[in-house]
Amino acid sequence: MKVRVRYFALFREQAGCDSETVEWSGGTAAELFQAMAAKHPLLQTQAAALVAINDEMSGWETHLNEADEVLFFPPVAGG
Amino acid sequence: MKFSVSDTPIDVQAAKSAVSDTHCGALVVFEGWIRDHNEGRQVERLEYEVYRPVAEKEGAKIIDEALTRFAVSHALCIHREGLLELGDCAVIVCVSAAHRDAAFEACRYIIDQAKSRLPIWKKEHYVAGVSEWVNCERCAAAGHSHGDHVHE
Repeated sequence: MKVRVRYFALFREQAGCDSETVEWSGGTAAELFQAMAAKHPLLQTQAAALVAINDEMSGWETHLNEADEVLFFPPVAGG
Repeated sequence: MKFSVSDTPIDVQAAKSAVSDTHCGALVVFEGWIRDHNEGRQVERLEYEVYRPVAEKEGAKIIDEALTRFAVSHALCIHREGLLELGDCAVIVCVSAAHRDAAFEACRYIIDQAKSRLPIWKKEHYVAGVSEWVNCERCAAAGHSHGDHVHE
């Protein structure tokens, strides 16, 4: 399946791009992150990172669908 | 708008006026300011990155939760994005209620939730010339120290 991946803040710098379309075998958001971390060596899993799918906050165990846009948020720090 | 993101300075007086109500005997305001130090380093300025589509949606949910959980009449939160200088107001929460206890509790709830749930990141620019993303709020809550991970 094809999914769109977007990176923010620290993750964008670690991935070296702000977004990419990837052909992928399917699975959960966590598995997609692992696959992207294998592709971009600087991209590291972080405690408290968040994920959103199609602009809705989601969970790492959510299974992805074709054409989903997956947003990887490093630990947030507003305020 | 109960929650909004602004790329221009926050008008504190206008924010307070937006929650004014003759039914309310209490107004609690929290302002988050840019300070000159963090983790022992001297900060020169600070940059906020906000992913608006999700921040605005989640921010509105947080305000609705506060209005449901606490006996308050009105609540709003405005968060800045972009480059901010020392002393600038980065975030404001205003809550009005008939009585002060609920207003204090709701204000605390909103700022705490905003800091841990909204896709907002800050990059500190230090006097020493380097800059780093700050992302320790939830790391600290999760119970591990800076020694466990690196912020670059």
